[in-house]
Amino acid sequence: MNPAFSVIFLTTLIGVGQGLFLALFTAQTYALFGILPEQDSVGFYAYGSLLALVFMAAGLIASFFHLGHPERAWRSAAMWRTSWLSREVIVLPAFMGVLFLYGLAHLLDWKQVLLTLPTGLSINVTVALGMLGTLLAFALFVCTGMIYACLRFLREWHTPLTIINYILLGGASGFTLATIFAAYAAPALAGFFAGWAMIITLCGLVGRAASLFRNARLKPRSTLQTAIGVKHPRIVQKSQGFMGGSFNTREFFHGQTPALLRSIKWMFLLCVFVLPIFFLVSGLATASAALLLLAFAVQYIGLLAERWFFFAQANHPQNLYYQVVS
Amino acid sequence: MSAAVAPEVAPAVQEIKKTTCYMCACRCGIRVHLRDGQVRYIDGNPDHPLNQGVICAKGSSGIMKQYSPARLLKPLKRKAGAERGAGDFEEISWEEVYATLAERLGKIRATDPKKFALFTGRDQMQALTGLFARQFGTPNYAAHGGLCSVNMAAGMIYTIGGSFWEFGGPDLDRAKLFVMIGTAEDHHSNPLKIAIAKFKRNGGRFISINPVRTGYSAIADEWVPIRPGTDGALLLAIIHELIAKGLYDRDFLVRYTNAGQLVNLDDKHDEFGMFVRTEVPQEEACYDPQNKLWWDRISNKPVITHSEGADPFLLGEFVLSDGTPVKPSFQLLQERVQDYTPEWAAQITGIPVDVIRRLAYEMGVTARDQQIELPIAWTDSWGKEHDTVTGNPVAFHAMRGLAAHSNGFHTIRALAILMSLLGTIDRPGGFRHKAPFPRPIPPCARTPTSPLAVRPDTPLDGMALGWPSDPDDLFIHEDGTPVRIDKAFSWEYPLSVHGLMHNVITNAWRGDPYRIDTLMIFMSNMAWNSTMNTVEVRKMLNDKDEHGEHKIPFIVVCDAFQSEMTAFADLILPDTTYLERHDAMSMLDRPISEFDGPVDAVRIPVLPPSGECRPFQEVLIELGARLKLPVFTASDGSRKYRDYPDFIVNYETEPGSGIGFLAGWRGRGGEKFMRGEPNPNQWEMYAKNNCIYHHELPRSYQYMRNWNQGYLEWSQRNRITRYAEPILIHLYSEVLQKFRLAAQGKGISRKPPEHLKQRVETFFDPLPFFYEPLETQLTDKHKYPLAAITQRPMAMYHSWDSQNAWLRQIHTYNTLYVNTQTARLQGIADGDWIWVESQWGKVRCMAQHSEAVEPGTVWTWNAIGKAAGAWNLTPEANESRQGFLLNHLISDELPGKPGASRVSNSDPVTGQAAWYDVRVRIYKAGAEEAQETSPQFEALTPVPGMKQRPTWLAYFGGGKIK
Amino acid sequence: MTQLALVIDLNVCVGCHACVTSCKEWNTSGPAGAMSDERPYDVNPTGNFFNRVQTFEVGEFPNTETVHFPKSCLHCEDPPCVPVCPTGASYKRKEDGIVLVDYDKCIGCKYCSWACPYGVREIDEKQKVMKKCTLCVDRIYDQSLPEAERKPACVMACPTSARLFGDVHDPESVVSKAIRESGGYPLMPEWGTQPANHYLPRRKTRLRIHEDELERTDNPLKIDRQLPKPDMAEPSLDDVTSW
Ligand SMILES: Nc1nc2c(c(=O)[nH]1)N[C@H]1C(S)=C(S)[C@@H](COP(=O)(O)OP(=O)(O)OC[C@H]3O[C@@H](n4cnc5c(=O)[nH]c(N)nc54)[C@H](O)[C@@H]3O)O[C@H]1N2
Ligand SMILES: Nc1nc2c(c(=O)[nH]1)N[C@H]1C(S)=C(S)[C@@H](COP(=O)(O)OP(=O)(O)OC[C@H]3O[C@@H](n4cnc5c(=O)[nH]c(N)nc54)[C@H](O)[C@@H]3O)O[C@H]1N2
Ligand code: SF4
Ligand code: SF4
Ligand code: SF4
Ligand code: SF4
Ligand code: SF4
Ligand SMILES: [Mo]
Repeated sequence: MNPAFSVIFLTTLIGVGQGLFLALFTAQTYALFGILPEQDSVGFYAYGSLLALVFMAAGLIASFFHLGHPERAWRSAAMWRTSWLSREVIVLPAFMGVLFLYGLAHLLDWKQVLLTLPTGLSINVTVALGMLGTLLAFALFVCTGMIYACLRFLREWHTPLTIINYILLGGASGFTLATIFAAYAAPALAGFFAGWAMIITLCGLVGRAASLFRNARLKPRSTLQTAIGVKHPRIVQKSQGFMGGSFNTREFFHGQTPALLRSIKWMFLLCVFVLPIFFLVSGLATASAALLLLAFAVQYIGLLAERWFFFAQANHPQNLYYQVVS
Repeated sequence: MSAAVAPEVAPAVQEIKKTTCYMCACRCGIRVHLRDGQVRYIDGNPDHPLNQGVICAKGSSGIMKQYSPARLLKPLKRKAGAERGAGDFEEISWEEVYATLAERLGKIRATDPKKFALFTGRDQMQALTGLFARQFGTPNYAAHGGLCSVNMAAGMIYTIGGSFWEFGGPDLDRAKLFVMIGTAEDHHSNPLKIAIAKFKRNGGRFISINPVRTGYSAIADEWVPIRPGTDGALLLAIIHELIAKGLYDRDFLVRYTNAGQLVNLDDKHDEFGMFVRTEVPQEEACYDPQNKLWWDRISNKPVITHSEGADPFLLGEFVLSDGTPVKPSFQLLQERVQDYTPEWAAQITGIPVDVIRRLAYEMGVTARDQQIELPIAWTDSWGKEHDTVTGNPVAFHAMRGLAAHSNGFHTIRALAILMSLLGTIDRPGGFRHKAPFPRPIPPCARTPTSPLAVRPDTPLDGMALGWPSDPDDLFIHEDGTPVRIDKAFSWEYPLSVHGLMHNVITNAWRGDPYRIDTLMIFMSNMAWNSTMNTVEVRKMLNDKDEHGEHKIPFIVVCDAFQSEMTAFADLILPDTTYLERHDAMSMLDRPISEFDGPVDAVRIPVLPPSGECRPFQEVLIELGARLKLPVFTASDGSRKYRDYPDFIVNYETEPGSGIGFLAGWRGRGGEKFMRGEPNPNQWEMYAKNNCIYHHELPRSYQYMRNWNQGYLEWSQRNRITRYAEPILIHLYSEVLQKFRLAAQGKGISRKPPEHLKQRVETFFDPLPFFYEPLETQLTDKHKYPLAAITQRPMAMYHSWDSQNAWLRQIHTYNTLYVNTQTARLQGIADGDWIWVESQWGKVRCMAQHSEAVEPGTVWTWNAIGKAAGAWNLTPEANESRQGFLLNHLISDELPGKPGASRVSNSDPVTGQAAWYDVRVRIYKAGAEEAQETSPQFEALTPVPGMKQRPTWLAYFGGGKIK
Repeated sequence: MTQLALVIDLNVCVGCHACVTSCKEWNTSGPAGAMSDERPYDVNPTGNFFNRVQTFEVGEFPNTETVHFPKSCLHCEDPPCVPVCPTGASYKRKEDGIVLVDYDKCIGCKYCSWACPYGVREIDEKQKVMKKCTLCVDRIYDQSLPEAERKPACVMACPTSARLFGDVHDPESVVSKAIRESGGYPLMPEWGTQPANHYLPRRKTRLRIHEDELERTDNPLKIDRQLPKPDMAEPSLDDVTSW
């Protein structure tokens, strides 16, 4: 596939936003159980939510660039029964809404207890919203992942690993961002977030490596033989029927060399997984916010490359029909 | 229906008009659907006999031709001081055009009419252009036939009185075996496709003989790859096998060909090699008098052919009572093919021996064992009544793969003879004629025979083109030099029945045989794809003499588009498109007849002319009137015809002849056909009848027309032909022998000049023989091992569809197809830039590997490559940057024998341009070289009056987009 | 239940592209129109087409087959392009199985094209909506057209009648018969999309000539006394036996 930057930014940016929210709420949950200290509602949760919202909104804006008719985007919620894209279109604003309320609740200190559990734990508005947000964040990850994973022709994507990786990579980048955010807003939590960031990043590495490993071994299910229905080992396309290109040659071919693809792969492996851990560890060790920031920046850039590669590596069976210009 | 597909343009005015397509020369019936006066859709007319409702890729893209930004919309003249070829023009008025032309041409006509040359390309109005030239008085007129397929016309018409191309074709309705040779697309574009598909569906077997497997060949049951230029060897070997196995139709040969006629073999005699005649015919007429002899098997003595009860020997040798040794011509044919064995042919053609044998057997056995008998009674020319028409269902079709070689004439003769041996001429399942064919052999039209026919202010005394039957018919001076600028009908190319358009520019430039003043080109891209040696010819067009005057002083081009050729014009006449003009596809020219009878057709405008475009027809009529050419002038000296439609209705070939351009609805009230007084409502009647007139012959006149008394008399009565004599097939050609005799110094006819004697003697062989194409003979085949040919793409017409926004997306540029093995041996990868080099020039282009081409052949799509900026494409367009023209590699002339002058790169019999003889070598272009085709020419700029080319196109015909 | 479809006979398709341009011509001024072309007179012209004819070479010289292969939307019975569409712009009609795009709803997200394995959907780069073969739904029900012309433009145009049109669910339709009798097959059956369009394979007609068919009793050489006969002088049984 020819990677579209709108989609690359959409998926990575909202991944960060979702991850950051999850990080915030993880901290709140820990605090609820008393494992972590309580944080300032406004300075930490409200601003943290705002930061997450900024990422979500940026992603949303990027997504509009993908549409031929953004002014009709509202229509895209219609087919939630069948379309993961439609579901994403519903879940994304829902999540953003909850995220907004979550931040607002913290900002305005809405701490009304809604329910007290037998264990004595009291669920207040922020906790309830956080739980709902968590649900939606995961739902959104699933929707985004499923947009790709449900396309059975794109076998590189058609695997649970796609969803797992969306979750893990979004989570990793969100927790990394949380680390640097904490370094400013709640220094006590920086180590906590960094720890989780590293764990999730490592899990992400396992997940992504697994998908790379899987994809390298995929045998195309469609061949020229099945594409045109002629049984012969040697079939060569001589003409695709037009010479100046078409949607089918622009949308589904990245037009890059295998060498470039390989270097992008190594680059993202380095940037998404190795360097962030390194910078996180050294950032914590030296208490350098700059290094932590670098960890996030590098990881995010790595994710852009990862997402580019994710698209580029997917080989669409339609490409069998568009092999030669002439 | 859902909202998405509801009709969206409510108040639009819709209208359907019928006319005839001219996106190519096939001339299908079309319906033009107009919406608010704009073309919304063009489809095939289901009531048209030719295309029966279907339409091709080009026809469906007519809209993009109509509204193309490359259209010339204003008359233009070259700016003073601008070089020809630079394309620097200024607008002028039509009045100025007419005044300029009338003055210039008037002067020429009053002094030396041959200094005006009119040559026309792929037009369909040769009857009118030819009439104009003749009335003007110039011998220098021809259409494109000489550079196209005259070998196909001449080779077959001189043998069977008809041909493929636009004159006849395979009867695939009834054929069982169809052999297609050297055809990519041909003129019968849609009808042939309809027929082949039907044929295949009915279980027929289809064999294609072609170096390349694309298009039609792709769906053949068997592809026989052959080396270019070697078909003669294959066909002669097949004839060898058929005769050796006795797989020929003896009855057919006896009765309908000259196979049994006795040839005088007394080499001392002036009549050596001629048929023995019982008496000399009283009058010079254009038919074969039935006065030859057979050697009767029953009485074992010579008898007049077709004597009741007689049956000739086809084989053997005999001595007449006066001691003259004679042989039946079939015996001579058998002797001729004696050594043309399949083994011999296999080496030449690259086709395995067993395949050659099998081809012969398949033809012979199918012809014999699947004979068709139709219950159609008919009477032959000798009065014999037949209860049935029989047919041997083996059909052939061949085109430029045979024709466009310098040995094409004899190859095509061999094919016509093969078809005759199988007994398939004008019979069901074989070859069938289309009216006005068959013609006598040769047809009766003759050119004048001396320069005296060209006189000031006088029409030419004879036709500019004709069919020589002997050396005395040549159009030459006393000393044997040519009268025509293209040297047609001279000793160099005696049977050049369509002229040699491809020689005109070179000859005029060189002043050999003389200089001319004005060259008028209509509908031909002579600065590009219809010229050989393109780079040099473009220079010639702009070359000047020592006084700074152009060597070709004045060039007028009538075209509808800004082409490479219009850039070289002094005067450009913007023509209308086919949707904007009247046209007649006349019986006087090449009509669209069907097997079952004559059909002619018209075009009727469906749109008003764009800009200041005027139909060339109107231009000719206007000029004819201004120049006071007799036909176009009333007795009081005034203009005779209001306009072209008026001319078409009222013109008669001779006063009161009742013969005009259109054969249908003649007579005052439209009650007559073929002949009859002018009918003032003729156009309306055509308009009401799908723009055609179709006369279906009675079934008994539909077959065996060479010898069908009923048909021949019908045809005589309707003045299709003057004579109703039978047209015997010329297995053995006396016409050719007459030229050979002259070259041998025998007889009383004119004799060729010394330097051409041997050439004429060699090539005017009364029986077909195989020789390597002339250029191949002159080529070091180790240095230039590959044959280079072109093919017609189905979705493009010559050079003129690159201005078509839809078609050019299909063929945006062209590559050279090279057999994968051949390419690999040269280290050439798929898609590499390479050089293709012939003895005459070189071209840089891209190579594409292919398994569907014979390893010794390379090929490309014809005329896709363009000069930068032409056709109102941007100079960056792929056509000029990646596409290339093979013509740069093809020479228009070949070096003569030492001491002798150059000769045209043409068939020595007919002057047919030998496009497909060129030999090349290929090698990789250097890594440092530009990835761009070479040669490049300075980019043309748009000419005044043309529309801007848009960067986006979103055509919506009429109405409004919702 | 009706499922309209095209059946394309590769046995007679000569690759003429008539179906390509007639389709564009019909549709550019129809509900799908205008079908845009970018850089129409410039380098790399590119435009919106619903139907393309491609060429493949099968085998190696001299046993090469050249296959012309027209391809437009196959109107899958289980069209993966439909459920993924977030707006419902892509839909499959219940009444005749035609898969269509509602250009007023389409947001141009291209997702449906990703979900089609056959590469037959093309975005119109000017209108920014997804377009594809409509099976000429605006012709086939148009009561103002004569019955015989209520067929897709490409079918009407095709000079070899390589394109058949009809209901593949009706066992008696021309298309069903053609599929049944001539070995019609779907493209990429491995995806279970059940394309409604089918293709008919190449079929070969061969001629078998038996040795004895070459020896005709009425061999004309006999008449001309040319059929080789054994020499009278050659030895025969007559010389060595007496009964
Ligand atoms: N290498 C190679 N060269 C070849 C051939 C080949 O096979 N190989 N084939 C040869 C053959 S057979 C032929 S016939 C020639 C054809 O070659 P040309 O006769 O040069 O044919 P076109 O390129 O079509 O050019 C015809 C001109 O007619 C113009 N035209 C189109 N429609 C109209 C109209 O309605 N009115 C007017 N006035 N002009 C119009 C076009 O714009 C164009 O400039 O090419 C020959 N050249
Ligand atoms: N679409 C379209 N139709 C056209 C035209 C067009 O430009 N476009 N042009 C029209 C014109 S003017 C003409 S003259 C006709 C020409 O009609 P065709 O004769 O069909 O045209 P060509 O493309 O010259 O085809 C020549 C074929 O002969 C093969 N060939 C070449 N050399 C040899 C050989 O030595 N032996 C054999 N057996 N085969 C050989 C080539 O591979 C090619 O397939 O087409 C007409 N129809
Ligand atoms: S074959 Fe020629 S005349 Fe017929 S529709 Fe096509 S372009 Fe027109
Ligand atoms: S119109 Fe018919 S023959 Fe021509 S390419 Fe299309 S399907 Fe094939
Ligand atoms: S061919 Fe593609 S676009 Fe057409 S119905 Fe099937 S999946 Fe959808
Ligand atoms: S591009 Fe249009 S039709 Fe396709 S999925 Fe998006 S909204 Fe639906
Ligand atoms: S059915 Fe109509 S829309 Fe579909 S390919 Fe044919 S002409 Fe085009
Ligand atoms: Mo031609």
